[in-house]
Amino acid sequence: MDFKDVLKSTEFGIFIAFLALCAILSFATPNFLSLYNISTVMKQVSFIAIISVGMTMVILTAGIDLSVGAVLGLVNVLAALFITKFGLAAGISSALLCGTFLGFVNGIIIVKWSLPPFIVTLGMMNIARGLALVITKGWPITGLPECFGCLAEGRLIGVPVPVIIMIIVYILGYLFLSRTIWGRYIYASGGNEKATWLSGVNVNKIKILVYTITGFLSGLAGIMLASRLSQGSPITGTGYELSVIGAVVIGGTDLMGGKGSVLGSLIGASIMGVLANGLVLLGVSAFWQQVILGVVIIIAVAGGSMRRKLLSKGES
Amino acid sequence: MKSKNDDKYILELKNVSKAFPGVQALKKINFNLKKGEVHSLVGENGAGKSTLLKILAGAYKKDTGVITLKGEEVKITDPKQALDLGISVIYQEFNLIPNLSIAENIFMGRAPRKKSGLIDFLKLHDDAGFFLKKIGMKKDPKTLVTELSVAEQQMVEIAKSLSLSAGIIVMDEPTSALTESEKETLFKIIGELKEKEVSVVFISHIIEEVLEISDRITVLRDGEYVKTVNAMDTTPQKIIRMMVGRELKDFYPKIEAKKGKIVLEVKTLTKKSKYEDISFRLHEGEVLGFAGLVGSGRAEVMRGIFGIETPDSGEIYIRGNKVKVNSIFETIKMKMGFVPEDRREEGLILSRSVKDNINITKLSGINSYGFVKKQKEEEIADKYRKRLNIRTPNTQQIVQNLSGGNQQKIVIAKWLAIDPRILILDDPTRGIDVGAKKEIYSLINDLAKEKIGIILISSELPEILNISDRILVMREGRITGEFTRKEATQEKIMQLAALKN
Repeated sequence: MDFKDVLKSTEFGIFIAFLALCAILSFATPNFLSLYNISTVMKQVSFIAIISVGMTMVILTAGIDLSVGAVLGLVNVLAALFITKFGLAAGISSALLCGTFLGFVNGIIIVKWSLPPFIVTLGMMNIARGLALVITKGWPITGLPECFGCLAEGRLIGVPVPVIIMIIVYILGYLFLSRTIWGRYIYASGGNEKATWLSGVNVNKIKILVYTITGFLSGLAGIMLASRLSQGSPITGTGYELSVIGAVVIGGTDLMGGKGSVLGSLIGASIMGVLANGLVLLGVSAFWQQVILGVVIIIAVAGGSMRRKLLSKGES
Repeated sequence: MKSKNDDKYILELKNVSKAFPGVQALKKINFNLKKGEVHSLVGENGAGKSTLLKILAGAYKKDTGVITLKGEEVKITDPKQALDLGISVIYQEFNLIPNLSIAENIFMGRAPRKKSGLIDFLKLHDDAGFFLKKIGMKKDPKTLVTELSVAEQQMVEIAKSLSLSAGIIVMDEPTSALTESEKETLFKIIGELKEKEVSVVFISHIIEEVLEISDRITVLRDGEYVKTVNAMDTTPQKIIRMMVGRELKDFYPKIEAKKGKIVLEVKTLTKKSKYEDISFRLHEGEVLGFAGLVGSGRAEVMRGIFGIETPDSGEIYIRGNKVKVNSIFETIKMKMGFVPEDRREEGLILSRSVKDNINITKLSGINSYGFVKKQKEEEIADKYRKRLNIRTPNTQQIVQNLSGGNQQKIVIAKWLAIDPRILILDDPTRGIDVGAKKEIYSLINDLAKEKIGIILISSELPEILNISDRILVMREGRITGEFTRKEATQEKIMQLAALKN
């Protein structure tokens, strides 16, 4: 990839948009550029951003996962429950396993019964959220050990731990997609599922894999949120699926599959986080924030599609 | 301004040019069309045929030049206007809606209505029947398009053009999906169109049929106008020379390869209402041609053998080993490759690079702990780029941007990468230009020399006749005959392929 390709890439386009947004906000509000604010924003972004890595993979295969928020919520509750009962290590790992398993179930059902991912994960969203409510009877689970809070509230060389986890997840996700054969297969099956299968690639396994990874990452975010709030609440992560899909889509990943990257999703999640933060700093009401976020999602997608049209015109 | 000369032509293009960023697609093209004439446009891929077609269809706007219709200058600004001017284009990919009836498709958006505003189906079907009769199609206008063969769908397109009272019908590669007998029907219909004073612009890669059907032929090369000739006064060799700017010697270069051991044996393979009792053997280094009409079950048999659509019964042996009849993963492991008929849908990942497409079959072998060995990947892509002469600036190029011939080479390359012992080629030269065709023929020869057993399906009889060592003929799902290369003639094959004994 030479410099010209970088300039042409979708990621570069949204990165410029991100920088522009940051520039405007740092002029408009004195506090935006402070170290404290930036680290807060990044911490807030990290939960959405971590799940976005899995969602990027799912969307690359032309799928979708609507259950991420609910799986996060269920794992959040289970983590609190298990930790209070079995201790820290066993609690965290068994809760993580549950999240991974739910993702795996999503994948298996989509593949074996060849059902649309939208429907299957919509079902799973209700199941997981319902189970979280059943287990807790609607009340938060508290009484978590204090040291568990370090996971979300601690800092390593000044950087919040969630941000460090996010960076690690992104590095791994990037390497996985760009360097491994499974990454190649994910792009291939999203680009043309039939041709990929006819080349001897077990596309079904790839699909199960991406939903399982997404389940794991939703679980991871669920545990981090339990740590952050020091409790397991059945309503944690409500609406997260839309923020995550929004981040991936703003990041330029094509909902039709085959095109996109985790780098884009990271920038996408950052744009959403910075925007929300900026609007708070500017004193915009929470209700209006939602309206503005919606507008940004549509503009980002429209801009991306216009860019593609312009670029492809230049090539033909 | 009208001169006597202009009146002769129903349509005339003078010095028409069109540029895209970076490419001059058409350079001062001249083309004219008489009433009731079939005028063919020929040229290799990239010669500018499609661009010219799209200008006529109103999909592109010309940069410079003059288009005159019935002696008056016109500007074709959009597809609807082209239709209003009486120019109808039948694309390779039909514009039909599968789940609607023939009649609804013919009168799409113009269905006759009752006073209440509801569609008057009685009149709709009557009107559609009238146009179907005109072209000699005996289908009920109520039949859904999805139930029609490709040839029949094409006839619906022609009926639609007539119903739009088009005086000029442009046909883009109309025979590419047709069998020999369907082609004859199409040519008969074109003959009848001529009698009704409809003019036809005919675009095709197949020189023989262009000569058969045309009154005049215009040759384009690299976006430039080469020459217009009368079909009566020319030969295939002359046309090809004009197209490529050089003479193609030995268009079908056949070298007899040595026949070796049996690599594939198929015993009584059967799939209900598709094919029955299919048994044959394929040897190392042999090119086994499968002749037959579209719908004879050739393609289905091959898809059954490769494991795409599971046969109901029968046995398959690869190099003596029995294989499961429903596992594409197993057949690939046994080193069988399959080049599908529809390369865009089934052969390629268009949004990915040349390198990724070639390596897709190979990745499981070129990684350590799942990490792709990038250098190996590059080497393999480069090796096949050179070997098959894939014309691309580099192997990072997205496949979508390449020509049909180069795309097909990539599909073949991805199978060569697994070092196949058996290669099934389902119509490998469909819709690709003459130069690339010849390269693929030579490649088939080379592969046979390397002891690969090759099965070739083709819709072009001359191709099968000239490339195969042995030819099996299929009709209605059964093998109806076998010929050696020496015995086979076009007539003999057609008899077994098309006629009931």
